[in-house]
Amino acid sequence: MTAIPLGVPRRLVEFTLDGQEVRVPEGSTILDACRAAGKEVPTLCQGDTLTPKNACRVCVVELEGARTLVPACSRKAEAGMEVRTDTERARHSRKVVIELLASSVDLSTTPEVAGWIKEYEAKPDRFGPGAARLDEEPKIDNGLYVRDYDKCILCYKCVDACGDQWQNTFAISVSGRGFDARIAVEHDAPLTDSACVYCGNCIEVCPTGALSFRSEFDMRAAGTWDESAQTETTTVCAYCGVGCNLTLHVQDNEIVKVTSPHDNPVTHGNLCIKGRFGYQHVQNRD
Amino acid sequence: MDLHFGDSKPTDEERAAIDGLLGPPESSWEGAARDETGAADLRWARGGREARERRDLLLPGLHAVNDRIGWISEGALDYLCRRLTVPPAEAYGVATFYAMFSVKPRPATVLHVCTDLACAAAGAAELCAGVEARLGPGSGVGVERGPCLGLCERAPAVLAVRAGDPVRTAVSAPTTVARAAETASAPGSAPEEPPPAFAVPQAGDPSLVLLSRVGVVDPASLDDYRAHGGYAALRRAFALGPAGVIREVTDAGLVGRGGAAFPTGRKWQATASQPDRPHYLVCNADESEPGTFKDRVVMEGDPYALVEAMTIAAYAVGAHKGYLYLRGEYPRALRRMEHAIGQARARGLLGEDVLGQGYAFDIEIRRGAGAYICGEETALFNSIEGYRGEPRSKPPFPVEKGLFGKPTAENNVETLVNVLPILTRGAEAYAAIGTPGSTGPKLYCVSGSVDRPGIYELPFGATLGELLESAGVREGLRAVLLGGAAGGFVRPDELDIPLTFEGTRAAGTTLGSGVVMAFDDTVPLPRLLLRIAEFFRDESCGQCVPCRVGTVRQEEALHRIAERRGAAAADDVALLREVGRAMRDASICGLGQTAWNAVESAIDRLGAYE
Repeated sequence: MTAIPLGVPRRLVEFTLDGQEVRVPEGSTILDACRAAGKEVPTLCQGDTLTPKNACRVCVVELEGARTLVPACSRKAEAGMEVRTDTERARHSRKVVIELLASSVDLSTTPEVAGWIKEYEAKPDRFGPGAARLDEEPKIDNGLYVRDYDKCILCYKCVDACGDQWQNTFAISVSGRGFDARIAVEHDAPLTDSACVYCGNCIEVCPTGALSFRSEFDMRAAGTWDESAQTETTTVCAYCGVGCNLTLHVQDNEIVKVTSPHDNPVTHGNLCIKGRFGYQHVQNRD
Repeated sequence: MDLHFGDSKPTDEERAAIDGLLGPPESSWEGAARDETGAADLRWARGGREARERRDLLLPGLHAVNDRIGWISEGALDYLCRRLTVPPAEAYGVATFYAMFSVKPRPATVLHVCTDLACAAAGAAELCAGVEARLGPGSGVGVERGPCLGLCERAPAVLAVRAGDPVRTAVSAPTTVARAAETASAPGSAPEEPPPAFAVPQAGDPSLVLLSRVGVVDPASLDDYRAHGGYAALRRAFALGPAGVIREVTDAGLVGRGGAAFPTGRKWQATASQPDRPHYLVCNADESEPGTFKDRVVMEGDPYALVEAMTIAAYAVGAHKGYLYLRGEYPRALRRMEHAIGQARARGLLGEDVLGQGYAFDIEIRRGAGAYICGEETALFNSIEGYRGEPRSKPPFPVEKGLFGKPTAENNVETLVNVLPILTRGAEAYAAIGTPGSTGPKLYCVSGSVDRPGIYELPFGATLGELLESAGVREGLRAVLLGGAAGGFVRPDELDIPLTFEGTRAAGTTLGSGVVMAFDDTVPLPRLLLRIAEFFRDESCGQCVPCRVGTVRQEEALHRIAERRGAAAADDVALLREVGRAMRDASICGLGQTAWNAVESAIDRLGAYE
């Protein structure tokens, strides 16, 4: 959980969730309420540090009186709402959405999706062998990170993290439209010609592995990436005096990538190029 | 904000196009050459918040370049970004969103050939093939197949755009291969389009309410408009006061004519009562629904009516600024509205002191650039603000947080012009027209297999059969598409459906935007359905998964079953239903929610694949 400065006490909103009366602080989303009540609602584009774009539509739930289903991640709880999370209608939409996604992009490095495909009995193959896919080669144009848009679900998290929600660099946006919409830098140029400052905060929030460390990408290609053999150690970055927390992911005594704890009240998981990528000197054994 | 620009430089012409819109840059911070202005210039910056607040000039800026050059180069885009303090990545995302812009070099002349429903039924495929054969690579003309040009009464239709200073446009409809090629080769000397009254078969009929002036007044003359009752409604509005106007509109029972049928009085009341200021009025003139052309005809034939109606609506909701978001494919409507607004301003009917009543209101025109989704109200706000035309999630609703995050009333052209007779005749007399549940007159865009296609005005309650009869429906009627691509098909034996909101709802269909497209049995239904699916796949903004991928999967399924029937099509029909249901339930906006309607109705009501 992100640490929140104490403000004015918030009123509680009372509504019905799957037949049970629940009370959540005003401003909470339906998803917050679900999680507080111990209910599982799947979601892909929601993240703990960003305002959800509610673009993936995996978290849709049924709201009494609403013509369509509503996204649990961004619909605020209102007093008197009647919400049902697990109806046939909601499950149908989730199933189809998962099928649509899994049929068009590579979800092999998306955590939890395999479980949802099973749970909702989704059959991504049923659109036939001719179903349009992204089928794009990974973009490897720099030494620090790789963009594999074949895995991109267009959740907008990297755009928001690079833009006004965190980094304020605005190096990435969505270009084109419809099925041809893609995450891109200006003029669709190589990353090295773009406004990117290599903070890697987009990798931090990417839910599918479409953005990954060069180290992780190369090790996966070589078949040596093994998360079960990795240890995580959180420490303090030594480059400057801000004191950002770094989580070092270590496999076989080598740092393989660096993340940052999202519950740190100063950085919320954000780092700069040095903290994120500048770890080679630590393990320079020459 | 940390902006980074590449090394690309604009050409002199690109720079001139942008400076023509924004004025010359005042410092090198916003793109002036450093050697000319001197080093001292580097000590100050114009930018920051002041420049960011001009972000909404991004779309006009892209138009300026596209109009002058025909496409938008890296150098031009970067220069425009410098001038407006917009990140180049975001501007690139905006430029690539719209169909009328290109970020790759293309010929200065582009011929847009409509391939949508009415034109398809009138032989657009043969026209395209013929035009492409005639205007090969050496001709200097780029041929682009595209969605509905809103000229359905004169199908098949083409629109030629030649970049330059000034940009030249020409419409040819109905056209032939030879005429289309001529139009593209010399848009400057193309023959004038027929007058708007050509699209109104009832023109001059004294019983007309909304169309009474089309073909009767000179659309360029404010005096003629006033001589035909113009500005009487605004005088009455000032006499009633804003609350009185809203009361009249509410009592008249006016509901939105764009398709959603939301009560207009309630929308205005909700906007007017918001404490947050300023309030905005937005007129949605982005009609892009295939088969819809009524807003174009009203704007071309009676432009001052829209200016007056917008002034009344703004007065009622407490707005001092109105935006007219006008489809990019309507060059004549744009010219007429620009002229009308200019005249109204010069005569004190817009500006600081409208009609000497101490009320300030002005209208700014914003030109769309080819995106059906921008007719969705929140996508339209994003488009005006200089962002990608992606719909926002609701709530919050526009009456609370709309354009620039402020309370906004958005109405389409037909809804607004209904306000004039409500005020001149009084709510009671207006409500006496039509039925108790659907009051007033209604405009229908009739096209396809009829002898007299065009805009028809009938009181609510007339039946579909009566409407088709007056339009001269031809023998062998196979199906009627009601409400456009987002609407639904009905059978020839259902022509007694009353054209009211409650009547069409009871019949399991919708009036939508008022499209009535007749298809006789020579039109291949599967190809029509495929065109509808292709339209939605093309026009999806791509933001949410059900719509972005669902529209593709539906089109694929329709391709697979193209000519198949019965058991051979059953699996794919079941798949279409499942995907369609999820799209209707889980898409962010109306585009995805309605994309499956027409095909579903063709399967259920017409037995398309049985």
